[in-house]
Amino acid sequence: MSTQWWIGLVSSFLASGVEVVEAVTIVLAVGVTRGWRSAWYGVVCAAVLLAALVALLGATLQTLIPIDALRIVIGTLLLIFGLQWLRKAIMRYTGLKELHDEEKIYEREVAELREEPAAPSGAIAGVSAQSRPAIDWTAFTVSFKGVLLEGLEVVFIVITFGLTAGDSTPAVIGAVAAALLVTAAALLVHRPLTRVPENTLKFVVGIMLTAFGTFWAGEGVGLQWPGEDLAILGLLVFYAVSAGVIIVGLRARTKGESGKAQEAVTGV
Amino acid sequence: MKYVRGFFAFWYDFIVGDAWEVAAGVVLSLLLLYALAHFSGADAQTAGSGWTSYAALLLPLAIVALLGYSLWRVRPRG
Repeated sequence: MSTQWWIGLVSSFLASGVEVVEAVTIVLAVGVTRGWRSAWYGVVCAAVLLAALVALLGATLQTLIPIDALRIVIGTLLLIFGLQWLRKAIMRYTGLKELHDEEKIYEREVAELREEPAAPSGAIAGVSAQSRPAIDWTAFTVSFKGVLLEGLEVVFIVITFGLTAGDSTPAVIGAVAAALLVTAAALLVHRPLTRVPENTLKFVVGIMLTAFGTFWAGEGVGLQWPGEDLAILGLLVFYAVSAGVIIVGLRARTKGESGKAQEAVTGV
Repeated sequence: MKYVRGFFAFWYDFIVGDAWEVAAGVVLSLLLLYALAHFSGADAQTAGSGWTSYAALLLPLAIVALLGYSLWRVRPRG
């Protein structure tokens, strides 16, 4: 198994892990406030749609677009997408953006769902099956949308990795394994998964996507990487070190600015 | 029309996000490298591990510069 195979597996595993943690928070809020049945319908429908997107788009794009053009387009998209993740993770590390707080998001979702009109009689858990209506559309829609939107990022990663590397297997295995693992953990603890280091995972995935995207976009435009596939490892190290330097620089700058502001306020 | 605009707005936000300068910089860097590789007169295949390998080293440098610039833009200002 090549370097690309393993990077595809690890990237999609971590990316899927992060996104499923976020989706789980929404589904938990829906399940607790509106009942589990419609929430699960939403989850299953979204998961089926995401799987169909991977199967359809992956196969269609591979057949329709020549591999060189595919590498340029997909490599560029992967690079931009990876940089977006990396940039956000750095902003959260340096205080330029608020950290993702699953507990806070959960509380907000619960409060919003409680403000929604109550489901028709019998839609709430605990009422006999005979009197239940077919579905609570609020619960279904919120959980369907939550899983679909979070899952789209994973689908994007799985498709792009599959197309550029010519094999979707590692990315699919990684994504499904993480989804099952995180869902099982959420079912066990029955609370938002606040202890998952989301920002660190996003940072690592951002570096991986950026490295992979750079490699494929570079090959697509006609560059020859020294060491061929091994260049991906070099890119990973280069981006990790560079991001570390940027974080240290921004933290120093942020401290300096808050020190100046403090001096201005106290007049010292 | 509203749905078409909504569709493109969604994908723009999904891929480009709030840092358009990063996306524009990436595309510009790749266009420049593509032009260098195909229209500079040097044959990428015969050059082998020559200048196209050196040019490959420019890409990650450009990416880090873009990332640094984009974050510098949103830094707190005193």
